[in-house]
Amino acid sequence: MARVVVDVMPKPEILDPQGQAVANALPRLGFEGIAEVRQGKHFELEVADDVDDATLAKIAETFLANPVIEDWTVRRVEA
Amino acid sequence: MRVGVITFPGTLDDVDAQRAVKYAEGEAVPLWHADHDLKGVDAVIVPGGFSYGDYLRCGAIARFAPVMQEVVEAANKGMPVLGICNGFQILCEAHLLPGALTRNHKLHFVCRDQWLSVENNQTAWTTRYEKQAEILVPLKSGEGGYQADENTLKELEDNGRVVFRYVGENPNGSRNNIAGITNAKGNVVGLMPHPEHAIEALTGPTDDGLGMFLSLVDSVVKA
Repeated sequence: MARVVVDVMPKPEILDPQGQAVANALPRLGFEGIAEVRQGKHFELEVADDVDDATLAKIAETFLANPVIEDWTVRRVEA
Repeated sequence: MRVGVITFPGTLDDVDAQRAVKYAEGEAVPLWHADHDLKGVDAVIVPGGFSYGDYLRCGAIARFAPVMQEVVEAANKGMPVLGICNGFQILCEAHLLPGALTRNHKLHFVCRDQWLSVENNQTAWTTRYEKQAEILVPLKSGEGGYQADENTLKELEDNGRVVFRYVGENPNGSRNNIAGITNAKGNVVGLMPHPEHAIEALTGPTDDGLGMFLSLVDSVVKA
């Protein structure tokens, strides 16, 4: 088994109101110097060794992310 | 005139959609998400709610339901399909309509009666309206901000595929005040507001929404 991480982020040109709300809350909590926050999703998949990169890309592109509004990356990590 | 209304786990507005079909003198046929079966209906409504709990993204899991595979096939052959609210999100995820619905720009769930202008009265679902007519129907959604890239927006605008636009203040940050769109053929329509909640004065703010269901009955009778 291998661990695969898929990160999904709103595209730069798509408004991210959740990230903005987090950014706006930080100064109120006393944290200064944070210019911008963007909020996305992080998936950890435990996959069998015979699952190839093309399959992982298809999972990310067709299901975990919506390419209309989101970018995605897939990487294999040490378990 | 048989109109299928799909129920997914988490669907809320299937009963009101069925009731709207009956008010338009159509026969409402309940369809189940797990069935590969449209039961021979003439049209399909994908109603509002929170299918599969809105997990992952609104509509992302419903898109893969067995019944949706049948809907996509039938829609591509010209069957009239209407997606309301979560149904609109599902039709976008299923690529029957372009673009995507995102979190409202001010983050609040919006629940109010909303004025819309009818921009396209040539679709299977809007022929009963006059162009530029203004209608008042409920809007109730947290992720109703319509987003699409510039090319898609231009394609929609240039070809009259914006069906409804919000009148007055933009409630959710939708690009170009878009409340509803159609596909190139005009048989598939999706909108965030709820015409099925505005079919009679007793239970809705107006009966302005009934026109969508009457339009559908007209279109199938004509065809």
